[in-house]
Amino acid sequence: MDNFLEKLFGKEKKSANTAKERLKLVLIHDRTDITPGQLESLKNELIDVISKYIHIEPNKVKINMTQEGKEHRLIADIPISSTPNRRK
Amino acid sequence: MNAKVVTISDGDIGLRNLDVILGLENRIVYDIVDVVEGRCRIRQAMIRDKRLPELFLIPAAQTRDKSAVSPSDMIRLCEELRDEMDWIIIDSPAGIERGFRNALAPADLVLVVTNPEVSSVRDADRIIGLVEAEEKGPAQLILNRVNPALTKRGDMLSTEDVLELLAIKLIGVVPEDESVIVASNRGQPVTFANNSKAGQAFHNIAKRLLGEEVPFMNIEANNGIMNKLAKMMKFRGD
Repeated sequence: MDNFLEKLFGKEKKSANTAKERLKLVLIHDRTDITPGQLESLKNELIDVISKYIHIEPNKVKINMTQEGKEHRLIADIPISSTPNRRK
Repeated sequence: MNAKVVTISDGDIGLRNLDVILGLENRIVYDIVDVVEGRCRIRQAMIRDKRLPELFLIPAAQTRDKSAVSPSDMIRLCEELRDEMDWIIIDSPAGIERGFRNALAPADLVLVVTNPEVSSVRDADRIIGLVEAEEKGPAQLILNRVNPALTKRGDMLSTEDVLELLAIKLIGVVPEDESVIVASNRGQPVTFANNSKAGQAFHNIAKRLLGEEVPFMNIEANNGIMNKLAKMMKFRGD
């Protein structure tokens, strides 16, 4: 639907921007030699480990690699479960 | 520009082409494999350019493959020429195999040429990584075949995009230019063509290599239909 609306209003993403976004991801995987599949299993193991200590929401965990200049970063966004384990 | 003694070595053994680009195809007697295998001296394989007495070509062999020359052969040949030449330009074949290794081995400076397209940029990133792994970096970038009209309308990666993706220093931007085809048809390097934007871009790269500060040229599209119309209107208005 979003796409349809974008097309309707001529706001389709420029192909150069699409190319840039795609390349960003591809180059990070090429450089670090980590496949999207490996990143997924890294994520799952990370969830297992962290869950031992903190209640988190496994479905909302996001792991991303970013690049700024020559620096690469692995960024994990791990939301803590909203049913808090408060002391009673 | 000051005259410099330059040798160009065609690294694409088996797919020789610099001879036809330079219009020197009828003068070849010996090639680089003949030098490596001892059938001639290096001087005998160097073909003097028709236009520039300071320019020489060492042709690739056409009937052999890349394995006929090794990286250590290339280092040895370049050492032999180093004292007599100001520049030795080695044109590396595409790919990351032997031909690329041969071209890289004797290099002091690496220029990576890429087009602003996804496949080309991705390959360039690999090459830049390999150059760094061999401690030949940092490589510098020539962005080739830039189409200003496409860039303007957001359908081609811009120079800034590519530089950001590859995190590399820029040494030249060459616009897509029909005169490159015309020049190669004639066997005349495009740098000799008058009013060729690509030719001008190559002159600028040469100057930058010699340490001159040359601003990057403005390759904004000026042949779009709207531009032409605007010009006509102006003309009439005057």
